[in-house]
Amino acid sequence: MKKIVCCMIFLVVFITLSSYPVQAEEITTLNVYNWGEYIDEDVIDLFEAAHPNVEVNYETFDSNESMYTKLTMGDANYDVIIPSDYMIERLIKEDRLVELDVTKLTHYNEISNEFLVKSEVFDPNNNYAVPYFWGTVGILYDTTKVDETVDSWSILWDETYKNQIFMYDSQRDSLMVALKLLGKSMNTTDKEDLELAKNKLIEQRPLVYSYVTDSVIQQMISGEAALAVVYSGDAAYIMDENPDMAFAIPQEGTNFWIDSMVIPKTSQNIDLAHEFIDFMCDPDIALRNTEYVMYSSPIESVFNNVITEDWANNIAYNPDGVIDVFGGSIETEVFRDPGDFITEYDKVWSEVLAPKPNYLIPIIIGAIVIVAGSAYYIITKKKKSY
Amino acid sequence: MVKRYQKLYLGLMFLFLYAPIFVLIFFSFNQSESMGHWSGFSLKWYRELFRSERIQNAFFYTIVCAIISTTVSTILGTISALGIYKITKKLRELVLNVNYLPIINPDIVTAVSLMILYISIGFQRGFSTMVFAHIMFSTPYVILTVLPRLNTMDPNIIDAATDLGATPLQAVRKVIIPEIMPGIIAGALIAFTMSIDDFVISYFNTANSVTNLSIEIYNMARRGVKPTVNALATLMVAFIILFVFIVNKIGNNHKSKEVLKK
Amino acid sequence: MNKSLNRLSYPYLLWTFIMIVIPFFLIFIYSVTSSKEGSPVIFQFTFDHYREFFSPSNINILNKSIWLAFQTTVYCLILGYPAAWIISKINIRKQNAIILFFILPMWINMLLRTYAWQIILGRSGILSTFFNIINIKYEGILYTDSAVLIGMVYNFIPFMVLPIFTTLIKIDDNLIEAAYDLGASTKETFLKIIFPLSLPGVVTGIILVFLPAVSSFAIPRLLGGGQYVLIGNLIEKQFYLLGNWNFGSAIAIILMILIIISMMFMKKTDELKSRGGGTLPW
Repeated sequence: MKKIVCCMIFLVVFITLSSYPVQAEEITTLNVYNWGEYIDEDVIDLFEAAHPNVEVNYETFDSNESMYTKLTMGDANYDVIIPSDYMIERLIKEDRLVELDVTKLTHYNEISNEFLVKSEVFDPNNNYAVPYFWGTVGILYDTTKVDETVDSWSILWDETYKNQIFMYDSQRDSLMVALKLLGKSMNTTDKEDLELAKNKLIEQRPLVYSYVTDSVIQQMISGEAALAVVYSGDAAYIMDENPDMAFAIPQEGTNFWIDSMVIPKTSQNIDLAHEFIDFMCDPDIALRNTEYVMYSSPIESVFNNVITEDWANNIAYNPDGVIDVFGGSIETEVFRDPGDFITEYDKVWSEVLAPKPNYLIPIIIGAIVIVAGSAYYIITKKKKSY
Repeated sequence: MVKRYQKLYLGLMFLFLYAPIFVLIFFSFNQSESMGHWSGFSLKWYRELFRSERIQNAFFYTIVCAIISTTVSTILGTISALGIYKITKKLRELVLNVNYLPIINPDIVTAVSLMILYISIGFQRGFSTMVFAHIMFSTPYVILTVLPRLNTMDPNIIDAATDLGATPLQAVRKVIIPEIMPGIIAGALIAFTMSIDDFVISYFNTANSVTNLSIEIYNMARRGVKPTVNALATLMVAFIILFVFIVNKIGNNHKSKEVLKK
Repeated sequence: MNKSLNRLSYPYLLWTFIMIVIPFFLIFIYSVTSSKEGSPVIFQFTFDHYREFFSPSNINILNKSIWLAFQTTVYCLILGYPAAWIISKINIRKQNAIILFFILPMWINMLLRTYAWQIILGRSGILSTFFNIINIKYEGILYTDSAVLIGMVYNFIPFMVLPIFTTLIKIDDNLIEAAYDLGASTKETFLKIIFPLSLPGVVTGIILVFLPAVSSFAIPRLLGGGQYVLIGNLIEKQFYLLGNWNFGSAIAIILMILIIISMMFMKKTDELKSRGGGTLPW
């Protein structure tokens, strides 16, 4: 007994001691919080090499929402975070971000003006966010299975592709597709619009192979289905891995998104955070990063440089039909923070995915439980008399 | 004949259990970054694995956390099971029902509730909070596997031991523990498995760049998991098989020597 | 003797109070309050979240989750019991290694294993390549109920095999031999001796499989697609995506209450019969 108690005390002490990070003197840590697989990690090493007294703590998240939970409920002090547009809007609304000092960002003028203009939708006057990557949402299709020209969301409602369609399993993205097909805004707060979109999606449901999120990338690389709704950056990657795939941005318009670097108010190294943001905007660094991640860079020289490369010479990396950026004819919208209205989106999406009622199930379970119970009873009773 | 069917059944079972593992191992030698799409043999993911500090760190945290939490929860669970076995019926029911909570609760609920607890008592989240969380959700599994062994144990043997002059501690150590050992081992195995595989609870209860493999893999999933992780899985499987093989070999030699002595 | 042993449970009572009861209480508080802007400070007592849950679509989801967990448990039992039995008869030296090999796949990350299943089951996957070679048409079962069931059984079967195995090896061989000597057939011996004696393990196995299976969401989502909505997904979404912790907590509490009630029911039926060899673990 004593031994066990000793062991336990030892363990507890060990755990508590090991929880305090040992910090060498004069080393500053910079906590960076980014999407998974969204940076060339060599870039971080380069930053550390350029700043000998800095250690970068790089952490990753898998959705804007989980990032938000950890940021707001937590005691963790991140210095640079890279969320998406609508999440930045929310963070600004809740006064959680530090206003940037643009004079500290020497590479700020390398950023294409179009993206700064576009960012004003969620960040008026560009006070808080510096664009990191951007892109659109479109249809990825297998050219060996789809012969027609893909230029409309309506192909996702085409009976010939029954069980060949991957939809995105996210309320905002899927409703965006239906709303755009109906010619509505993807940020609508009109319940009637949502109702129409819901009916459209319910109509489509029998044709859909599956509603997926991240796994769509692997599935499309192996050619599991003919059509899929994907982010442009992922499309560039899929097309690089599987040359049969092509990408199209529907004429009805689509979502335009920007992931940007921001500094939360809890940051304790605001100056260093600025330096990191500036470093990521350095054309050489941004070039390395975009070549690794394959998402479109907002740095003008990098963008012009990369589109001549094989993997980027396509509409996914370079959506020249998009009106705001390239003067094409396709109108795009940026997702806005819907506030409490998100519950309406969620309600509609839940109704689309809701399982069919099956009253047989409780009856079957009940019957089986009763049979098993009595069998159990009989066996044990028999055993007693045995 | 019957023996052969049994072997066949077990063989099919292992095929079922190992089919995905073979797939993972196979694609760890893939040239391309994507699973399910073979494009030539390559060892580059192993090279990458030995270069990637993040994965090595995560692996280290995962293993250390699993070992500590398994040890503590096995000891705690066994001791508690002994106690629960003897407490009054009313209290036992209560404790066991509470004990089910972490098992029924979806991980996310456990994770968030623990996170709120840590924050409200001002406990800085980090490695230790993760370990505590793991102990919290794996101990009930140990109790649940040890208790049936205790319940099917003949209660008279404890009395016999004490009647023969054993102190309670001796009775526990020399009589009860050997008797319930398989249950303890099963509990420890389950605890280790739960700990090594947990994502959600770890995610919300760590901070300051303490991560584990599951967290790294989930966040990687955005782009499809990198074969570097497959490479790590392959090495893990190889090490464990080697380990089991050596232990068995030593055990066999030991046994055969004993036989010779006789 | 009895007195000194029961004291051993006290540390755990304290531990459960701090690490299980208090967090559970916090979740309960969330479920009966509503808060503006997600801040837990402003409490407002309400039962709305519970009322909100009882809509037909949510009931269907609950229904489906219980059905899946039930099927998973049944398949795990049917497939796992013979495996545990066969392993328990292998000689002890090999036994431990085999049990370890049973668990080993579970030490590889769950997400990774489930991805591997996607590759095996998909239309362009390994099974389909295999069937193509032997000229059988295979449409792929990925994103169907069978795929989900395979994934669930795969993931949970060790939790069924392990407890059954530990009770089976405890059975005294002399007992079985005695049964044979007294003229019992293999079938009779199994039904009247072996199975009843292994029941505590079976019950533990059922608990270890059924309880986590009811609230599972990751495997069904990966192998069944987003259209496979279960109660676990519903809860997860409230916490993760919508930040609606109050409603999420309410669903979690409802699920817990349902399960605890069914446990009590099981215990009641257990009390009806004698507390012989096959007692439940409480």
